[in-house]
Amino acid sequence: MSPRTPGADLPEHPDSLWRSPEPERSYDVVIVGGGGHGLATAHYLAKNHGITNVAVLEKGWLAGGNMARNTTIIRSNYLWDESSAIYEHALQLWEGLEEDLGYPILFSQRGVLNLAHTLQDVRDSVRRVEANKLNGIDAEWLEPDEVRKICPVVNTSTDIRYPVLGATYQPRAGIAKHDYVAWGFARRADEAGIDLVQDCEVTGFDTDGDRVTGVRTTRGTISAGTVALCAAGHTSVLTDMLGIRVPVQSHPLQALVSELLEPVHPTVVMSNAVHVYVSQAHKGELVMGAGVDSYNGYGQRGAFHVIERQMAAAVELFPVFARAHLLRTWGGIVDTTPDASPIVGRTPYDNVYLNCGWGTGGFKATPGIGSALAHTIAHDEPHPYVAPFTLDRFVTGALVDEHGAAAVAH
Amino acid sequence: MQLIACPWCGPREEVEFSYGGQAHVPYPDDPGALSDEEWAHYVFFRANPKGRFAERWKHSAGCRRWFNAIRDTATYRFERVYRLDDPKPVIP
Ligand SMILES: Cc1cc2nc3c(=O)[nH]c(=O)nc-3n(C[C@H](O)[C@H](O)[C@H](O)COP(=O)(O)OP(=O)(O)OC[C@H]3O[C@@H](n4cnc5c(N)ncnc54)[C@H](O)[C@@H]3O)c2cc1C
Ligand SMILES: [Zn+2]
Repeated sequence: MSPRTPGADLPEHPDSLWRSPEPERSYDVVIVGGGGHGLATAHYLAKNHGITNVAVLEKGWLAGGNMARNTTIIRSNYLWDESSAIYEHALQLWEGLEEDLGYPILFSQRGVLNLAHTLQDVRDSVRRVEANKLNGIDAEWLEPDEVRKICPVVNTSTDIRYPVLGATYQPRAGIAKHDYVAWGFARRADEAGIDLVQDCEVTGFDTDGDRVTGVRTTRGTISAGTVALCAAGHTSVLTDMLGIRVPVQSHPLQALVSELLEPVHPTVVMSNAVHVYVSQAHKGELVMGAGVDSYNGYGQRGAFHVIERQMAAAVELFPVFARAHLLRTWGGIVDTTPDASPIVGRTPYDNVYLNCGWGTGGFKATPGIGSALAHTIAHDEPHPYVAPFTLDRFVTGALVDEHGAAAVAH
Repeated sequence: MQLIACPWCGPREEVEFSYGGQAHVPYPDDPGALSDEEWAHYVFFRANPKGRFAERWKHSAGCRRWFNAIRDTATYRFERVYRLDDPKPVIP
């Protein structure tokens, strides 16, 4: 790695990214939530289906939810066929996204190591690698000395509390700059004529039988042909208004960054067992995420002991981080589900689609869910990539258990 | 650190406690009589309000007893703690 000034290769922003229109009184499609998923859905509605009479309603500011609070890890090494299909679809879109959006997103395919610390971890990891290979996803099992070659700063000595017994490795995985991703999608959607309406909170719904006819907002009532809920951590607040029960629980999820450092960490390292995942962002800060706070919470903040525990784990795994200073911590609100898989698709209302339950891992899915949800809306038929993730599966029992690959406790 | 008032031990640090999710979810009287949908709702579906929530907590690193609390999920403030055999308190 060549030395460089931190931040030197970050691009300049354009003067203007999107309009800030007054909402119209009616749209063909109303998307609730201006995070990554809502914005990506808007982009693909326009790009792939020519549907542009669309509004994205956002109660705060674009990407002010989880979208610009996540640790930006992108990978597709999930266990089950259903999950690897949608996450791999997303990863392939990431590979061409900068060109599609005409906007720099700093997508860096630097690989991800998922560490195994116990014999059971090793067995589960090897199983996952084999499952990934069968699905055509790049995956390898690495022994500790190979882990050290890829990421020399990981402590692979045998005398630590949770020794590294090996890792799965996905070379095509990586990170991107989350706010630029949101802005790139927003700019394209805006150019296509889609209204991005900020400071516009959905406060209720007008219904007529099994259809929603209007969306009540802090900026007036807006009638809608189709409604797509992309509200992540606030999904239950909206589904409660509609009288739909959804098995999600909202938890605080915290992350932190260190001060800017010279490049020391070339890849992404995740550890399920000790609840830490680390990469080094383009400017040089170490970015680390924790496990969820145990209690339900809508506060966009969590408890400090969770950060302390995460730092202890990080310093044990990366002794070189011991003198790095913590710069900033923050939290988002993640919508967790019983099987650690998302819930996407139809609701009891004919014209309302649900997209939630991505929990701690929905950033990587952003282009994939955007395109699949846009297709679902355009054809009024769940796209095959989202079809397995119905609300119904909790009744039929067809769960997609990804607790192992989802990588943090929830 | 946030202090949580165990009904038996008094205020202790949050790290001594573990979370048990929604309170007042009784085991079905006649489980065999439930439809698949009702069973799924009993097993998987829990309320997730923004605001006051009646929850179960356990003083794991103290007296190890369970209790219930009314907590605000937006502010994280505990408004009441009460014993499992107490009815859900009504807060104005
Ligand atoms: C700390 C942290 C680390 C994470 N790390 C990763 C990671 O490394 N990799 C990964 O893949 N994922 C990660 N995630 C998860 C990922 O961020 C989310 O799954 C994903 O961002 C959710 O989709 P979204 O971007 O649309 O959500 P959000 O950005 O949360 O968008 C939802 C939007 O809906 C709006 N909204 C809610 N209610 C209303 C209403 N009533 N009216 C109008 N608007 C409303 C909100 O204001 C919000 O802007 C992480 C999350 C957190 C918090
Ligand atoms: Zn006690």
